[in-house]
Amino acid sequence: MANPSLALLQDLSSIENPKLIEWDWISENFWEDIVPAIQGHIFLSFVSVAVALAISLPTGVLVSRYRKAYPPVTFVTGLLYSIPSLALFGILISIPGITIGPTPVIIALVAYSLLILIRNTVAGLDAVPAETIDAARGMGLTDRQILFRVELPLALPVIVAGIRIATVTIIGIATIGAYIAGGGLGKMIFDGINRSFPTMIITGAVLATALAIVADLSLLALERYLRPWARRRKT
Amino acid sequence: MSGILDVLRRPDFFELLRQHILLSAAALLIGIAIALPVALAIRNTSLGAALAVNIGNIGRAVPSLAILALCQPFLGYGFDTALVALTALAIPPILINASTGLREVRKDIIDAARGMGLSGSQVLTRIQLPIAAPVIFAGIRTSAVQVVASATLATFIGGGGLGELIVEGTQLNDTTILLAGSFSVAALAIITEVGFGALERAMTPKGLKIAQKRGR
Repeated sequence: MANPSLALLQDLSSIENPKLIEWDWISENFWEDIVPAIQGHIFLSFVSVAVALAISLPTGVLVSRYRKAYPPVTFVTGLLYSIPSLALFGILISIPGITIGPTPVIIALVAYSLLILIRNTVAGLDAVPAETIDAARGMGLTDRQILFRVELPLALPVIVAGIRIATVTIIGIATIGAYIAGGGLGKMIFDGINRSFPTMIITGAVLATALAIVADLSLLALERYLRPWARRRKT
Repeated sequence: MSGILDVLRRPDFFELLRQHILLSAAALLIGIAIALPVALAIRNTSLGAALAVNIGNIGRAVPSLAILALCQPFLGYGFDTALVALTALAIPPILINASTGLREVRKDIIDAARGMGLSGSQVLTRIQLPIAAPVIFAGIRTSAVQVVASATLATFIGGGGLGELIVEGTQLNDTTILLAGSFSVAALAIITEVGFGALERAMTPKGLKIAQKRGR
């Protein structure tokens, strides 16, 4: 909003004449507000999934080898997963040294993805048939080669299925992150609520939903592409 | 720490807790009352089931804040608006699980029950529902946890609940109030998760538990 007095005028007019969507506002603020909000949202979600993967993949591989560590890992990550996001944000910004902004939002989003990503990595590795690994060993592959050339490629569809669930979850929770100044589409929703301006609320909410559904469907397509033998099966 | 306990002793804390539980319980019950009959009605049609699962999947992708915020311009501020939004959030997991749970009951078991002379409704109440019960209750648990968590956001559209403490703590920049709100919301969510997990196990028929153990 470039001109504050103009914004105030629009607010006043929207109180007198509560139109649900003011297309003029959308076209006027498209490049200035809406596109950066979408970009910010994608950035938050992408960074969080990437960091979560960098933690979950090695952890999943380790835990699938040292089975005793699996229950405690799922317990801790499950506990994190069940904490409502607004509460986790509240706890994070209470920690000295962590101020509001994208950082605590990304920490929380990573925390939420761990359970799903680790569980799917382990499930994917478990599903690799023992005889396939035996055959690889018989061909003279080392443990390391077996992991990177046989086990992980075969586990990939299940891992991607986890990335899909984690991404959709993260895009949704990232909207709430705007409450602690994380930016993204949630900021439009909160600004709209604070200013009683339905156009902003609806634009932010619809775009966040669209982003989640697009991510869901494209990762589903990737998952099916990686698993040609299951393409004919119903989901 | 004692400061946090002081916040929990405030008279309005119990009012907020009551609102939070009431809002969540009402949304969950209405959600069950809508999703279960629909799942039952479409259990024998593959088109209906595919439709339910796909609509449920898309519904699950919609961010919870988006649903709450989208209801506000149409229904205004307040408890009722939050209730409508949370009910919409409660339905997809129950619908998906009840629909797939009922459809995954093996055909030969149903044939055997028919052969023993059970009527259509007896097959449903004595065979299909008990076998699908663990899956249905897993859906209800997912839904309950999600509703309790999202009820925290009801405060943004004037629906009350424990989220109000978190907002108060943030606005006053008061870490004690913020933590009191955050911890009580987190505790409520974890209690819901554990409680409904126990319910899920209790609702698994004895025969199924034995079969699961043998399967391993």
